[in-house]
Amino acid sequence: MSEKGVKLPKMSLFSKKRTNNFLLDHMIELLLVVMIIALSIAEPKFIGVVNILNVLRNCAMKGVIAYGMCLVIISGEIDLSVGSQVALSAVIAAWVSKNLSAAGVMPQTLGAVVGVIAAIAVAMLIGTFHAWARHKFGMPSFIVTLANLNILYGLAAIICGGFPITDCFPDWYVKLGTGRIFGIPVPALIFILVFFLFWFLMEKTELGRQIYAVGGNAEAARLNGISVWRTRLFVMCIVQLMCVLSGVMNSAQVRSATFGFGRGWETQIISSVVIGGTSMLGGIGTVWGTLIGVLFTGIINNGMTLLNVNEYMQYVVNGGLMFFAVWFNTYVTRQKS
Amino acid sequence: MSVLRTEGIVKDYPGTRALDDVTVSFEGGRVHAFIGKNGSGKSTLVKVFSGAIQPTQGKFFLDDQELHFSDPTDAFKQGIATVYQELSLVPYLTVAENIYLGRLPKKGRVIDWKKTYEMAGNLLKKMNVDIDPHEKVFRLSMWQCQVVEITKAMSFSPKVLMLDEPTSALAQNETQSLFEVVRTLRDQGVVVIYISHRLQEIWEIADTVTVLRDGKFIGKKDVGELDHKGVIKMMFGDVELKARPTDLVVSDEVVMKVDGLTRAGKFSDVSFELKKGEVLGIAGMLGAGRTELLRSLFGVDGYDSGRIIMNGEVMERRATPEQMKKRGMGLTPEERKNQGVILIHSIRDNLCNACLDKVSDHHIINRKRREEFANRQVEDLAIKIPGIMANVGSLSGGNQQKVVIGNWLNTGPKIMMYDEPSRGIDVNAKQQIFQIMWDQSRKGVSSIFVSSELEELMEVCHRILVMHMGRIVGEVYPEQLTIEQLYADCMGGRIE
Repeated sequence: MSEKGVKLPKMSLFSKKRTNNFLLDHMIELLLVVMIIALSIAEPKFIGVVNILNVLRNCAMKGVIAYGMCLVIISGEIDLSVGSQVALSAVIAAWVSKNLSAAGVMPQTLGAVVGVIAAIAVAMLIGTFHAWARHKFGMPSFIVTLANLNILYGLAAIICGGFPITDCFPDWYVKLGTGRIFGIPVPALIFILVFFLFWFLMEKTELGRQIYAVGGNAEAARLNGISVWRTRLFVMCIVQLMCVLSGVMNSAQVRSATFGFGRGWETQIISSVVIGGTSMLGGIGTVWGTLIGVLFTGIINNGMTLLNVNEYMQYVVNGGLMFFAVWFNTYVTRQKS
Repeated sequence: MSVLRTEGIVKDYPGTRALDDVTVSFEGGRVHAFIGKNGSGKSTLVKVFSGAIQPTQGKFFLDDQELHFSDPTDAFKQGIATVYQELSLVPYLTVAENIYLGRLPKKGRVIDWKKTYEMAGNLLKKMNVDIDPHEKVFRLSMWQCQVVEITKAMSFSPKVLMLDEPTSALAQNETQSLFEVVRTLRDQGVVVIYISHRLQEIWEIADTVTVLRDGKFIGKKDVGELDHKGVIKMMFGDVELKARPTDLVVSDEVVMKVDGLTRAGKFSDVSFELKKGEVLGIAGMLGAGRTELLRSLFGVDGYDSGRIIMNGEVMERRATPEQMKKRGMGLTPEERKNQGVILIHSIRDNLCNACLDKVSDHHIINRKRREEFANRQVEDLAIKIPGIMANVGSLSGGNQQKVVIGNWLNTGPKIMMYDEPSRGIDVNAKQQIFQIMWDQSRKGVSSIFVSSELEELMEVCHRILVMHMGRIVGEVYPEQLTIEQLYADCMGGRIE
């Protein structure tokens, strides 16, 4: 029996494998709670309703993409182009909306709908391209999406001409970023709603199990009659679709669109997913863990801002946090086995 | 001339005695074929010589000097070099670098490339082969890689050279080229121990034949004194075959017809029929094209020409495993850990990977039914598990294999294909897996069973197809022949 190529057991903080040790299984959740308590003591403003809603709204922008990224990473792939896609989709929506109304074809109310549809179409095309390059040529998604990180950024800048596009969004569009329902910011509501959709997808549906199977062992999945191509196509497209959602919320919030949106987000999003216990090797991870990871990073950043921590120091803390999380995951996995 | 000699070597493993008082000697300047069926203790003795394990009792000597190895490097240092089946070359380095990897000659602190290539060139010349030491290994053909591997071993100037299945990955003409090299080394006085499953090679390359069976030394003879039949007799002794249950009936209904199936370089012109409820064996040596045939039938790899007809319907050329599954076919792959199970996932998930559609309503998983499907197989197949949510990686080989089989039985297949299902699992689990095949046969499920263990095929199957070098060379019924005859068939020996 050849042992070569056998994948070793992976990090599995949020895998279904439970120990009898509740503390070990829910360590990240507990750390989050401890952090919230500590921050509340250090800065009472933190626990105020205004600030909490603010944190949720800020989390939403990267958070919706993190859910998509979670699926991508579980399936054994990666998408580095997400930040640029946020910019590109916002710019496309704004440009189409503005030009349609300027040409007198339709009012902005309708133009923005066409703009968003155009952005979705482009995002689907890019996602399909990523999956296709992976499937047809066996190119690592790391490389393909790294190339698109630059290409999409450039395209966004070309379309908006290097300046923000303004006066392009109708009221309904702006509400997606700034509106409130029962006092809760719309992005925060979207963040929660999308969580349930993804959670349902991964926990309850056939497709969810297929994503786990493909990420766990693509060859075994194929021999089990699971379509690896369709699974990869789905995850690479869904993460791009989430980028459009984020792009819309971002541009709505500031009532304009520019190519600078989402710059550098890919690393923060990937760290949130990894902090949430998803294995970079694929096959293991949960949407719940990703939610915790997003809140974790969001709250730390908010707390540091409230405590007037130097902006550059925040980078150091964020990086250190990611290192700590991965080290911790590996440590816990060893303890379990 | 050197002599490698053992005195009463015993090797005990918990529960079994792998080597039982083996006393044998191998002289220099001759090629010694060393054979035995699986589990004969052959590989254990090879491991003793190569320093991978230490014998429980007994001694062995090289030129009357007793040898003690604590690890494989000791064996190399004291004059025994082993070339394994799996090559250990680095593809993007040159031939010379590969030969001297880790001990490249140095001038001061920098590598002396000129000397490296010169030394490698000399070694290759001594072996009488035309390989450029500057060539990158990935550009070489398989037999050339084998020769580089042998050259690497010879660079230690060993007195004994052990070759473990050196020809298993080679084509016929390449084998001839490799034999030339082996003969050259023999004529230089090296003790060559040649381990092979390909019996016909013995008369071509070997001077003596040494046979082990059940850990015991059976005999050592000059090849001149032996014929095919004699060797097989030594290997198998008097075999007692277990009978399969008598209540298994094969219907006349043909569930699958394969017509002239060909995949270039793998198998050609394969035709056969599979009947409902039949257990059809495919016998053959490693590399005969059995695994490749199953993979093409299941749509994992394509094929170049021919047809597969299931229940009267011709399969499209580019059918995927997904489509074949829908039509009622299942395959438990040869490499269980890499292709059969997802080691990091739970037993429950692994039992439901192929039948996700069956445990879902409108693509949404029905949890209750998923538990039922998983638990049913655990019960039916008597899979021993710590809990249904435990990782499948924590199970023993036999239980993992049952998970792979259960996963497919959950799809309600009409045709099950088993590729080496009994490899690396214990006797008890083997019997249970055969039992599963028979149970399925009673339910009208047809099976195709590929195995290198001919006794198993004789015991389990209604009918056996013999594959040799990518072709079906015979169709036999277990009742009508002996295992020796079947073995000879697989070697390409007997047949009509």
